[in-house]
Amino acid sequence: MELCDLPAYELTRLLRQRKISATEILASCLARIETVDGRPGSTEPGEISDEDKQTVHAFITVTDDRARAQAMSVDQKLADGEDPGRLAGVPFTVKDIFCVQGTRTTAASRILANFVAPYTATPVARMEAEGALMLGKVNLDEFTYGSSNESSAFQPCPRNPWNPQCVPGGSSGGSVASVAAGEAALSLGTDTAGSIRQPAAFCGVVGLKPTYGRVSRYGLIAFGSSLDCPGPIARNVTDAAMMLQVIAGPDAHDSTAASVPVEDYLAQLETGVRGLRIGLSPDYFKVTYPDERGEYVQQAVPQEFEAAVRRAADLLAQMGAEIIEDVPMPNTRYGIPAYFVISRVEAASNLHRYDGVKYGHRTVEPVRDLNEMYRKSRAEGFGLQPKLRILMGMYVSAAQYSEQYYQRALRVRTLIRRDFDRVFDPNGKYRLHALLTPTTPTTAFPFGAVYGDSVLMQYADQLTVPANHAGVPGISVPGGIAADGLPIGIQFLAADYQEALLLRIARSYEKASEGESWRQVKPMVLQR
Amino acid sequence: MTEYEAVIGLETHIQLNTTTKIFCSCKADSWFDPPNSNICPVCSGLPGVLPVLNRVVVEKAVLLAAAMHAEIQPESCFDRKNYFYPDLPKGYQISQYDKPLARGGYLDLPLPDGSRRRVRIHKLHIEEDAGKTKNEHGRRLIDFNRCGVPLVEMVTAPDLRSADEAAQYLIRLRQLLRWLGVSEADMEKAHLRCDANVSIRPKGASYLNPKTEIKNVNSIDAVRDAIAKEIERQIREVEAGHLIETWTLEWEEDSGKLRKMRSKETEADYRYFREPDLLTLYVDNAWKNEILESLPELPLERRQRFIEQYGLPDYDADLLTGERSLSDYFEATVKAYGGDPKRVSNWMMNDVLRILNESNRTAAELKLTPEHLAEILKLLDGGTINTSTAKSLLEKSDSSGKAPSVIVAEEGLAKVSDDSAIRRVCEEVLAENPKEVQNYKGGKVTLIGWFVGQVMRKMGGKADPALTRRILEELLR
Repeated sequence: MELCDLPAYELTRLLRQRKISATEILASCLARIETVDGRPGSTEPGEISDEDKQTVHAFITVTDDRARAQAMSVDQKLADGEDPGRLAGVPFTVKDIFCVQGTRTTAASRILANFVAPYTATPVARMEAEGALMLGKVNLDEFTYGSSNESSAFQPCPRNPWNPQCVPGGSSGGSVASVAAGEAALSLGTDTAGSIRQPAAFCGVVGLKPTYGRVSRYGLIAFGSSLDCPGPIARNVTDAAMMLQVIAGPDAHDSTAASVPVEDYLAQLETGVRGLRIGLSPDYFKVTYPDERGEYVQQAVPQEFEAAVRRAADLLAQMGAEIIEDVPMPNTRYGIPAYFVISRVEAASNLHRYDGVKYGHRTVEPVRDLNEMYRKSRAEGFGLQPKLRILMGMYVSAAQYSEQYYQRALRVRTLIRRDFDRVFDPNGKYRLHALLTPTTPTTAFPFGAVYGDSVLMQYADQLTVPANHAGVPGISVPGGIAADGLPIGIQFLAADYQEALLLRIARSYEKASEGESWRQVKPMVLQR
Repeated sequence: MTEYEAVIGLETHIQLNTTTKIFCSCKADSWFDPPNSNICPVCSGLPGVLPVLNRVVVEKAVLLAAAMHAEIQPESCFDRKNYFYPDLPKGYQISQYDKPLARGGYLDLPLPDGSRRRVRIHKLHIEEDAGKTKNEHGRRLIDFNRCGVPLVEMVTAPDLRSADEAAQYLIRLRQLLRWLGVSEADMEKAHLRCDANVSIRPKGASYLNPKTEIKNVNSIDAVRDAIAKEIERQIREVEAGHLIETWTLEWEEDSGKLRKMRSKETEADYRYFREPDLLTLYVDNAWKNEILESLPELPLERRQRFIEQYGLPDYDADLLTGERSLSDYFEATVKAYGGDPKRVSNWMMNDVLRILNESNRTAAELKLTPEHLAEILKLLDGGTINTSTAKSLLEKSDSSGKAPSVIVAEEGLAKVSDDSAIRRVCEEVLAENPKEVQNYKGGKVTLIGWFVGQVMRKMGGKADPALTRRILEELLR
C-alpha cells in the first residue's frame, strides 16, 4: 500500500511519529496523479481519445508548487518541534468552485476560465492553516449544475475510478474521483441538492453534507445560496470527521454561518449506537419522476439498494440500535420540483455578476452597445446548463409568475422541513436519532445515458435534496457493490447540528461491515 | 379660469455617515479619494463573497425612523433587486422590499402662515448604494468606491402642495439628519438625493392625475426651480387642452431646463426575492431602547418649546434651532445667565452667529463657551463694562478661551464710573471745542452725542456712557 492510499488519520499519526514526512506523502500523491489522472480538463480539449477514456481526469489545475511549499513548512515545523496543525501533511483537493488566492478559480465554466482569485475561501484557509496540503482544483459540473460532471466546460471531465466508462456523479465529481483514486485523502466539495453525497455514493467514498450554516460559504461561488453547503469527502468516516472538525464553525465573513458550538466529532466517534432510534421510510425506497409524456410515475428503487439499506439496519440493530420501520416522509417526492424553482431563482441572480465588465470572459467581437456586450459575453461564456437555469430562474421569478412558482415552492420547502421536524422531535411519535435511506436510486450511469435530459438528470438527486431543503445534515457511506460492479451508497440523515451523532452512526456501520467481502474490492483504475 | 394646485411627492435617498460600508469594512466616504481606492472583494462583487451587515447602519436608520415617527419593525428582511448595470457589480442591489425596517411616519412642516403640513412616508428601508459610471472620450469608466455605501430610502406620500413646500421638506429633512448626526445631508455631495413626482389638479379636488418624475435635482434650489417649472408646464398643457403624460424628466442644471428622458416606463421587473446571504434582521426592544437612548429632542419640538418656555418670537426660535449645537448653546447660556432669554437670543443672533459664519464653525466648536457669554452679559448688566467692550470680549474670549472676567481684569477693561475722572475729561473736551459748545447752547442739543463720543474716545471706551452724558449736560447747562 502506498502512502497516498492511507487514511488521513493514519498519515497524521505516522507523520507525528516522524516515520514519514509530508514531502514523502506529497510525492506519493503526485505520482498517483501522474499514473491515474490523465490530462487535466481544458476548454480547448481537442478530441477525447480512447486513452483519455481510461483515466480519471479529476483535476483542472494541479497546484504542486503550493503543496510542496506547504509540505516543506510542515516538515520544518516537525523538525523544530512545533505543532504542524491538526491536518498536517494530509493531501486534499478543492472543488474548483472555491476561491483560493493565486489559483485559477474556474467554476468549470468558460466565463471564469481565466479568473485568478485574489482571496481564499474560509474552509480552504482553515484546512491550510492546519497543515493540510492543497494538491489542486478539481473538476465539477459547470457552476455545479449537474449530477454527472458531463456539463463541465473543461474536458475531458472526471470519470468514475470504478469504471471509467461511467460518470463519477456530480457535481463534486472531481472531488470524489480524486479521493476514490487515491490522488488525495480528502476533498472539499459542495452539496446543493446532493452534490457531495450522490457522487460519493457513485464512487464508493464517504461524503458529508453538514447542516446549512455549519461550514462557512465565504469564497464558495454561489449556486443556490439558501441550499449550498461545503462539506468533506473522504475514504472513511474518521477522516471526514477530522476534516469537518477543522472547517466547521462561525465565520465573520458569513452571517449565515451558525455560531452554534462545534462538537468534538472524533471524541464520540467510537461510542456505538446502543439505544439510538434509526428510522426507515418507505418514501425513500421509491422515486417519482416525469416520464416522456410528462406524467409522473413512481418506481421502487432497485432491490439491491433496498437490500443494502436493510442489511445496514440489521448490523446497526445487532449493535443495539432500535430500527423504526414505516416512518412517513410524505413530501419527499416534491423535493425535486420545489428545488427546480428555488435553486434556479437563486442561480439566475447569482449569475448576474458574470457580465464581462469586471473579470472573466468578455467577448472580443465588436459590439454596438452595452447590452450587446452583455449578450455576447454571456452567450459565449456560459454553457448550456447555466443558460437553462438563467432562463428558468428568470421565468419563475417574474412578477406575474412568482406567486404560482417561487412562493409556492417556498411553501413546499416548509412542508419538507416539517417532515423532518416531525420524525426527529424528541417528544414526538418517532423520536428518531437518524433516518437511514439509499443515497441514490441508481449506481453510476454510463456517459451519455442521462446527459441531455436535464430533467431526468435532476432526479438523480431525489433522495438527497430533501436534506438541502430542510437544512439538516446527511452523510453517504459505501453500503455495498451492485451487480454492475459499481458502489451503492447509503445515507444517514439527522436533525440540525447533529453531525457528531451522524458520524458516530456512520462509523459504527463502517466498523460493523468491515469484514464484508465487498469492502475488499478496489476501484478499477487501481487494479491495473 | 381654473385654479390649480400641485400634488408633489418626494423620493429621497439618504447616505448614512457611517465609518465603513454596509456589508464590508471598506471606508464609506470616498469624496476625496481616487476612483476604486475603497473597494474589496465584497463590495466589488467578486465570485464567492458574502455580505455581513454593519450594525451601525441599523442604529442610524432606527434613530431616523424614530425621528420620523415611523414604526420600527421588530423583524425586517433584505431582498435582492435584480438588474444589469455596469456599476452594479453583483447584478443585484441588496435592499429591503416587503419587510422594511420601519413603516409609516411623517414630518410636520411649519408653513409661513403658522399652520403645519404633515408629510407622510409609507416606509423607511435600508439598502446599499451602487457605483458611479462616467462617460469619457467614448469610454465608460466605472468607480466602485460608492458600492456598498449605506443608504436609507424614504418616499413621501403626495402630500406637498407647492415647489416651496417641497424645498421646505428638504430643508427640514436636512436639518433633522444633521441634528441626529446620521448623515452629512449635503445635497451637492449626494448625501441627500431626491426625485420629485409632480402632478396638478383643480384646487380642492381629491383625485390624482398622471404625474411626471423629475430626476437629477442636486440642490434644494434645483428642486424648487424644477418643480415650479414643471407645474407651470403642466398648467399650460392642461389649459391648452392637452393631457399630461407620465414622463421621466431630467433637470439640466446649467440651462435651468427640464428635458424629457423617456416616456411612460414599462414597469421594470426587478424579480425581488429574499437575500439568502443575510439573516432576518431582528431589532428587539432591548436593542431598540439602547439606540433610542441617544435620540435627542427633535428640532421642531425644541423650536416649539423655545417659544413657549422662553417666550421667544417664532423667528428667533427657528433660527436658534436651525442646528442642534446652536440650540444647545442657547439653552446653556440662558441657564448660566439667569436673565432674560430674549437678551441671550439677541446676542446670539447678532454676534455669535456672525462669529460662527465668519469662521465656519458650529457652536460646539466655539472657545467662547455658553458660560463665557453669560458672564459677558452679566458684566454688561452689572455696569462693569459697556456694550462695545462686551462685543470685543466675545472675540477675545473666543480666541483665547479665557473667561471674560479674567480678560477684563488683565486688560483693565472695566468701565470707569468714577465721577471725578470723567468730569475732568469732560471739562477738557468742552474747553477744546468752543464752537460746538456755542452751537449746543444755541439750541443744537443733539450735539450731546458727539460730546459723549469725544469723551469715550479719550477714555478708550471705558467711560460709563450714561454718567458721561449726565456730567456733560450739567457742565453745559
